[in-house]
Amino acid sequence: MAKFSLKVNGKTQEVDVDPNTPMLWVLRDHLKLVGTKYGCGIAQCGSCTVHLGDTAVRSCQLTVSSVGEQPITTIEGLSENGDHPVQKAWLEVDVPQCGYCQAGQIMTASALLKRTASPSDAEIESAMNGNICRCGTYLRIKKAVRLAAESANA
Amino acid sequence: MTHIKTKIGRRSFIRTSALAGGGMIIGFNWLASCKMTPEEVDRLPKEWFDINGFLKIGDNGLVTIMSPNPEIGQNVKTAMPMIVAEELDVAWKDVVVEQAPLNLAVFERQLAGGSQSIRHGWEGLRMAGATARKMLRQAAAKAWGVPEEEITTADGVLYHKASNKSAGYGEMASAAAGVDLPDKVPTKIEAPEEVALKDIKDFKIIGTDQKNVDGPQIVTGKPLFGLDIHEEGMLTAMIIHPPAFGMKFKAMDAGSVKSMPGIKDVFPVEVYPEGVEKQWSDSSGVPQVVAIVGESTWQCMQAKKALKVEWEEDSTIEDSAYHDKALTELLDSRTEEAARKDGDVEKAFAKAAKVVESTYSAPFLAHNTMEPMNFYAHITSDKAKLKGPVQTPEFLEKTLVSVLDMPLENIDVMMTRMGGGFGRRLYGHFGVEAAVISKKMKAPIKLVYTREDDMTQGTYRPAYKIRYKAGLDENGQLIAWHVKGVGTNDDLVFENRFPAGAVDNYLAEKQSLESNVTTGAWRAPRSNFIAGAEQSFMDEVAEAAGKDPIEFRLQLFERAIKDPVGDAEKNDYDPERYAGVLKLVREKSGWTNGGSNEGRGVSAYYCHNSYVAQVLDLVMEDDVPKVGKVWCAVDCGIVINPLSARNQVEGGIVDGIGHATFSQMTFKDGIPEQDNFDTYRLIRNSEAPKEIETFFVDNGIDPTGLGEPALPPIVGALANAMYKATGQRYYQQPFVSKRPVIG
Repeated sequence: MAKFSLKVNGKTQEVDVDPNTPMLWVLRDHLKLVGTKYGCGIAQCGSCTVHLGDTAVRSCQLTVSSVGEQPITTIEGLSENGDHPVQKAWLEVDVPQCGYCQAGQIMTASALLKRTASPSDAEIESAMNGNICRCGTYLRIKKAVRLAAESANA
Repeated sequence: MTHIKTKIGRRSFIRTSALAGGGMIIGFNWLASCKMTPEEVDRLPKEWFDINGFLKIGDNGLVTIMSPNPEIGQNVKTAMPMIVAEELDVAWKDVVVEQAPLNLAVFERQLAGGSQSIRHGWEGLRMAGATARKMLRQAAAKAWGVPEEEITTADGVLYHKASNKSAGYGEMASAAAGVDLPDKVPTKIEAPEEVALKDIKDFKIIGTDQKNVDGPQIVTGKPLFGLDIHEEGMLTAMIIHPPAFGMKFKAMDAGSVKSMPGIKDVFPVEVYPEGVEKQWSDSSGVPQVVAIVGESTWQCMQAKKALKVEWEEDSTIEDSAYHDKALTELLDSRTEEAARKDGDVEKAFAKAAKVVESTYSAPFLAHNTMEPMNFYAHITSDKAKLKGPVQTPEFLEKTLVSVLDMPLENIDVMMTRMGGGFGRRLYGHFGVEAAVISKKMKAPIKLVYTREDDMTQGTYRPAYKIRYKAGLDENGQLIAWHVKGVGTNDDLVFENRFPAGAVDNYLAEKQSLESNVTTGAWRAPRSNFIAGAEQSFMDEVAEAAGKDPIEFRLQLFERAIKDPVGDAEKNDYDPERYAGVLKLVREKSGWTNGGSNEGRGVSAYYCHNSYVAQVLDLVMEDDVPKVGKVWCAVDCGIVINPLSARNQVEGGIVDGIGHATFSQMTFKDGIPEQDNFDTYRLIRNSEAPKEIETFFVDNGIDPTGLGEPALPPIVGALANAMYKATGQRYYQQPFVSKRPVIG
């Protein structure tokens, strides 16, 4: 066990865990931030996506000891009032079915838009391909990413 | 206006006490969320009045409507309350929705399965709203001293036009609920014997686009799911189940694992001891598992990896080669008794000008809900409290009566929102596992399956094979149809569905192959395979007949309408509605003779009481289909919420294309060869169709289900379009099996 000081959603938090613990479980079990989801544990499904700095990463592969000073943003910290352009677009398009994968989808999409303000359809597909939606809401996901890009650029 | 006796479920509208207060209701609604916005706080009433089991009205007119059925992504949590709100005649913006607890004294059929929630719920939900509206009108009539018939309602307001009086529902709620308030004269309003239901043309909420009521919580990551549960003192539990089908627990040496960081205990545990009374929902649970209990999920995962468990053979060890061979042998064998027989197929084949025969197969599939199986349980000496994602809470409670030896009234199973179901959570053995582990630990625990546990546990879509043989006369008329279907633990064929009733000589046979690989209902059971096979074959037969595939099908429906073959009562479909969706999709897709575009296919299918026809356009790139547009015509009667209904259709189409194209579960030495998404291939964003356009038949018929019916036919449309593009027929699923996994 070791103590780590983590910057999560703008707050500094202390945890005392095994250094190999993935951030996914630090967030879910220790910081009670359960919006970040467990789906596969091997970086194949994207449910656990968070931002490390401005980059979308799979928190199931990110050990707590490797985070250091870098700030982490989870779905709970993406916006103060749930009004990030991507969240608003998700509601406008009514994307979710079961909803389980959607936090990961939103975190991937918001990192994409930070990097590429007006992505092409091919760029959207390429960025979103790592996030599985078992309910098959892919068309609405694409539509919502396009809408978020338009509204953020408007 | 339809008057309807409230006999069905009448007790639901009288017994209100069971739901009084919020204690029994799972606290994941916005009213109970930890951080309410100032607007939400402003909207809260000072007092709630229970009108009936389905709804309560606040003194400020805010209405809470219970959604009785489990929510697995089919969006009944929005649709079911919409039906209540419609008949209550309240504005949808003034409604908040709560997940109802399991309470069969009030609600009926609290189960998610078979796309039946809306179909079964329809009448009761309408009555719940209409009954409450009538009681509010009675209360206003008494208060104002006017006849009840003269009172009208609109958007949550009661009016008496003649005397120019009006009052919000909130003002009459206490009187309607029969609650004595200090400043009001007590009134006694009885639940009515008969209520009037709205005319369909007067619907204001049903048929409008309404967004998912949990949407704001989903996009902000609120704890909605079973896996998100945290309770005071709760430990995490994991299990190890037998690694292969046909094996059972032999021995283990916990040794140093028990002293690993955070680990509380490691032990084998009997889930279903001998003599317990199991329900159908326990069919895929194993008798004994190894439990690992600890402080956190990661610690349990490490202990699980380190633990050495010995297993022993319990029955035959099967592999995929065996399944394939045994199913083929069964398909080739003679069946003693036909499932249905009209005319004489042998004679007809003998005189047929052309005979077409094809065999289709499909592998086992895992459900792979994105939220792995999990359950919270807190078992004490006299009480069992459980909470989690299960499609059949009623049956889980019944099993627990026997497993825990506890009376039913001491057992409480609560439902969470579910991260996907697709049939998997009909089989609630994981709830039982959580209970026995909690009992042993004498502590509240949350059982968590890893993805690998989830994918290798079983409860799969069965492996199937089906053979069709059709005979055509010299004019290209279908004169004989023979179908034989086989599956593992499932005999596959629906003998009374199309084309039964449309062909003079018809023979249906079915058989089941016993296997220890456990199987269960997987989104649109049987239909998920039959539709693709049958509709591919239909295309092949139409081509042999030299006819346009849509025209060929329509001629068969015409026959079934005008002069049905055999006992028409037995035919389990309505040929007019079937033909209706096919005509609609033909028109909308601009289908021309033979679907002349390269890479265009059609399919139509009926299941779960709904009719769906689809046209699909694709191109092939490196032997992989790239689907452009899908046109989809649906007849599911009245559509409650078109926005969400389209979502179900889109999801069903993506799901169907994905599994038929890429997915399979195979076995070696009884061990599942795929255990995570690196080896089990699911459809990805870039592989979904570029566009899906959905058209609903507007016929005013009572609504039927939509969670499943859009999936099965798309497999046929896909296979037929692939044939058009490549000149090859696709008989074996997955259609594309060799392709690197992306992720």
